[in-house]
Amino acid sequence: MKAIVRAMHEQGIAKDDAAVISGIGCSGRMSSYLDCNTLHTPHGRTLPFATGLKMARPNKSVIVVSGDGDSMAIGGNHFIHACRRNIDLTLIVANNFTYGLTGGQFSPTTPAQSWAPTAPFGTLEPQFDICEMAQAAGASFVARSTVANLKHMTEMIRLGLEHKGMSVVEVISNCHVNYGRKNMHPEAPEMVNWIRECCVDKEVIEVLPVEALEGKFVVGVLSQKQRPEYAAQWAEIVERAKNGRH
Amino acid sequence: MPHIRSMSGNAVIAEAAIAAGCRFFAGYPITPSSEIAAVLAEELPKVGGVFLQMEDEIAAMGAIIGASLGGMKTMTATSGPGFSLKQENLGFACMAEVPCVVVNVMRGGPSTGLPTLPAQGDVMQARWGTHGDHPIIVLYPADLTEMYHQTVRAFNLAEQYRTPVILLSDELLGHMSERVEIPDAADLTIVNRRKPDVPPEQYLPYDVRRELVPPMANFFEGYRYHVTGLTHDETGFPTEDPDLAEAQLRRLMLKVSANADDILEWEEDGLADAEIAIFAYGAAARSVREAIAELRSLGVRAGLFRPITLWPFPDKALHLAVSRAGALFVVEMNMGQMIREVERSIRHIPIIGVHKVSGQPIDPDEIVFTVRDYLENGTLPRNAVYQMSV
Amino acid sequence: MGDTKIPNPKSQNPNLPSPLGRGAGGEGRYELRFSGEGGQGIILGGSILAEAAILHQGKYAVQSPQYGSRVRGGPTKVDVIVSDSPILYPRATKIDFFLALAQMSYNQYATDLADDAVLLVDANLVPHVIENGHVIHRLPIVEIAKIELDNEVLSNSVALGAVVALTGIVSHEAAWNAIEARVPAKAREINRRAFERGLEAAELCPTKPVK
Repeated sequence: MKAIVRAMHEQGIAKDDAAVISGIGCSGRMSSYLDCNTLHTPHGRTLPFATGLKMARPNKSVIVVSGDGDSMAIGGNHFIHACRRNIDLTLIVANNFTYGLTGGQFSPTTPAQSWAPTAPFGTLEPQFDICEMAQAAGASFVARSTVANLKHMTEMIRLGLEHKGMSVVEVISNCHVNYGRKNMHPEAPEMVNWIRECCVDKEVIEVLPVEALEGKFVVGVLSQKQRPEYAAQWAEIVERAKNGRH
Repeated sequence: MPHIRSMSGNAVIAEAAIAAGCRFFAGYPITPSSEIAAVLAEELPKVGGVFLQMEDEIAAMGAIIGASLGGMKTMTATSGPGFSLKQENLGFACMAEVPCVVVNVMRGGPSTGLPTLPAQGDVMQARWGTHGDHPIIVLYPADLTEMYHQTVRAFNLAEQYRTPVILLSDELLGHMSERVEIPDAADLTIVNRRKPDVPPEQYLPYDVRRELVPPMANFFEGYRYHVTGLTHDETGFPTEDPDLAEAQLRRLMLKVSANADDILEWEEDGLADAEIAIFAYGAAARSVREAIAELRSLGVRAGLFRPITLWPFPDKALHLAVSRAGALFVVEMNMGQMIREVERSIRHIPIIGVHKVSGQPIDPDEIVFTVRDYLENGTLPRNAVYQMSV
Repeated sequence: MGDTKIPNPKSQNPNLPSPLGRGAGGEGRYELRFSGEGGQGIILGGSILAEAAILHQGKYAVQSPQYGSRVRGGPTKVDVIVSDSPILYPRATKIDFFLALAQMSYNQYATDLADDAVLLVDANLVPHVIENGHVIHRLPIVEIAKIELDNEVLSNSVALGAVVALTGIVSHEAAWNAIEARVPAKAREINRRAFERGLEAAELCPTKPVK
């Protein structure tokens, strides 16, 4: 949350000109702690609400805060299509590998073989890679950071805000209470340390052997492309329609 | 001077929406409502508006709520299965008091049912489809000139009462064309949401103390506030305080029920001397009008009560209108939905249902036959109420 | 709602006439049904006829289609009712004029015919017609479009020409104006030809216009 406020400040975005939209889950309440236009939607529905708001007021900043369950499971369809449209939203996905709020059930990003109340024999499903998903679906800015490095997270979010088009910033987060406790990371500082130790910067992966990346989080700007932005393209359609052209 | 056009019901809704000030539509293709989206995809950009075809019905409903918070008048259109998918976000709009219009062009159900054929099976879903207690306004016209006026009115009521308004239609009205009198834009009453008249630091978006419908600030206009589907206090922030929770929900319900005199519209025809009253709405009311003319020519004094506002239900008006009738028929293209509400409301005379779910409109002769059968053979057994008369 | 105010009905449509005292069929009510296969343009033909009656003839009309869930190939029909007074029930119940461009649509939709109904069927595509005392006209509508005019899509305009000639329900001019408003400029001439071919072909039919 601090990182979002700092990034907004660094980008010079006024409180009145920004909306923060959150869904349901551990990140859901975040919008209610911020002093700007804030909207707390039903579970998984952040991106459609944000798309409507952005299209209604295309020159304002619309920031979406979501979780791994919110954006990858119940809101998965909205996620891929928002990326495909490349609409100018900044989506921050706090990935804590679990449904923390409802008691730690496994989520689409929970590693296989993890324990969860709804997987007492271990999870069978392989995990989604949020950033790969975003890139494949067409988001033009994709980055990853972690809660272990506030400065880095702030910078990734700031770059996401600066980018014109769909920006997805995955933030690896800790849920020591409901995920860590049952999966070898029971204390917050310990889990944050574990996350920190698992980070590998995008800039150095080229020189590392493939085995060294096993079980690591590659952090940094993973991809940035210039692609036509949806709201700007719609503005062109409006111009054409007003001049009677198809 | 109204302008005479030949238009389909779906085209009427699209054009009337623009006349009412709608500048944002989000939808998902579904028969038999898709023509509404097609017309708006063509027309909205010409007036600087936004048309979005979303990834699903849920997203379309979410997008119109987001855009409404951004200050636009917004609409989505769908049919049965899509209407079910919209219910979650529709409840959000009721709770967060976000104006918007949802069109449901009804087709045969349940499930995929009879996708190209008319029915009236969603009149209860329109009232009770989302979860929890919530107010809702539901309008259902019966001819296409009225469709134009009621579409405009749907937007006006949404803005005035900060609520979603559901505009019902059906495949028959949606796809048929007829002579439509399009009013001059200057003759239309257009209502816009009331903005706060206090400085931002004093603004309470959900104030329960002053009035039933607090003014609504749009996002990005200096009134930073919080909008949530969680039960909230007068500032918009979540609360679990029992008194605050109860006060908010009571105000929410009351803003519609206490304004029923303004929201309710209905039509009465020939009830002054009627021995037989007939309750019908939407496309079925057209059949009933034909049937009444036939019955009158046969010497049966029949009259029509036609709610245009289905919800809230016009209890009082119905009571007064049928007070002299000896029996009340309820004609609807479903297995018996509004008849339950009519039975709840009217207890002094027999109530007989005429229901049809074949995908075909109700032939006026079927109604005439049922009424005459009742008059000649006396009271129908109680269990005949839900039998089809075909 | 605790007050005692007596509510007033607030119909938004004062123009809707009361049906009381009027015959159920309406005054001067004339019912047509066009039927064919999905993709033949039958429903558009119904729209055009209704537009001709409403916009160019000052009448009331409804066009009420029935679709199946198949896009191409299934039987389709459209009812067009033309009247001097507003039309309430939008489906035909006593058909004065029935058009069929496909056998399966004839089989399915040749119901509710008035005793003195007039039928127009495609001479090649609807070989089996029940002789029931009705006036039956057979014209090679699709063949005229396909062979003579080299475009099957024009069947629609050929059929409209024939319908107008046989029924006189709208004037030739009203029908043409409605067609013209619906077709792109570059297709205007060929549609004009098709419409006139329909008129000519119907002139050769044994009986004169019914109305």
